Amino acid sequence: MSHDANPDTHEEFGAHGTVRGYLTGFVLSVILTAIPFWLVVSRATGPLATAVLILAMALIQIGVHMIYFLHLNTRSEGGWNILAAIFTVVLVVIAISGSIWVMYNLDINMMPMSGNQIGAGQ
Amino acid sequence: MSAVDHAGGGAETFYRAEEHEHPEGSNTMLGFWIYIMSDTLIFAMLFACFAVLGRHYDGGPGPKDVFDITLLALNTTMLLCSSITYGFAMISMQNGRTGGTLGWLLVTALFGMAFVGIELHEFAGMIAEGATPERSAFLSSFFTLVGTHGTHVTIGIIWMFTLMAQVSRKGLNAANRRRLMCLSMFWHFLDVIWIGVFTVVYLLGMIQ
Repeated sequence: MSHDANPDTHEEFGAHGTVRGYLTGFVLSVILTAIPFWLVVSRATGPLATAVLILAMALIQIGVHMIYFLHLNTRSEGGWNILAAIFTVVLVVIAISGSIWVMYNLDINMMPMSGNQIGAGQ
Repeated sequence: MSAVDHAGGGAETFYRAEEHEHPEGSNTMLGFWIYIMSDTLIFAMLFACFAVLGRHYDGGPGPKDVFDITLLALNTTMLLCSSITYGFAMISMQNGRTGGTLGWLLVTALFGMAFVGIELHEFAGMIAEGATPERSAFLSSFFTLVGTHGTHVTIGIIWMFTLMAQVSRKGLNAANRRRLMCLSMFWHFLDVIWIGVFTVVYLLGMIQ
């Protein structure tokens, strides 16, 4: 990095972006946005495959934005940024997956049973 | 050993008597990052809420009835373009070009306003068709999640115009550069949240 070579112009706050970095992030984002839209409109794959693919694209795109736009790396703010981000990701995963898991089971168990379900459930 | 020394030395301090230097704003970027992370948790709760309630239509309209993929594509394009133009504003700032910074900020704000405008148009259309927040759990959680994101974008636009006024009056001084860096994080963060919204709320809803 350029600021390593010249300590006098050490970065003041956060990381600095470059035109190249922003353009790379933008092109990757456009591709990662266009593919899910195309998959949904064209119905090229089955519903389950489409769901898995667009979720995967979204996760990759979030990573692209974190690296190229938010300049997240292991060195920014002495590593505290990435540490806070990892902690947040853990909480987000617990909150979302836990909610879906618990509420799905609650839903199944409290579903008002219709005639054929009573027979099938026994 | 040391206990004896300290006892002999009289007053013993376990803290630094003199505050070491913290240049003004040196912790702002980390602090703002922590705020962004806490805002992420707010959105995580709203996403969890939508994941639980998003398929409960109560016989009312579902995603296919109320969502328009053309409008969504347009909306997403606006926000994505605003991210790169904010990036160009930051590059201009790093190069010390006040005019360039102000110009790119204006372009970013216009893209942001287009995004909010399209979203309000979409909301108005849905409400006119009877797809109001009180119609079903799906619509309640939809309006809460997407509305919270839209509110954030609106606040970001107000903040952007505030900073444009600051920069045009006082130039790219250290305080304004720091503020622009914070808004940069905020703006790119909102784009990251939108990736989750258009994928989970709109696209996943439409393939059901």
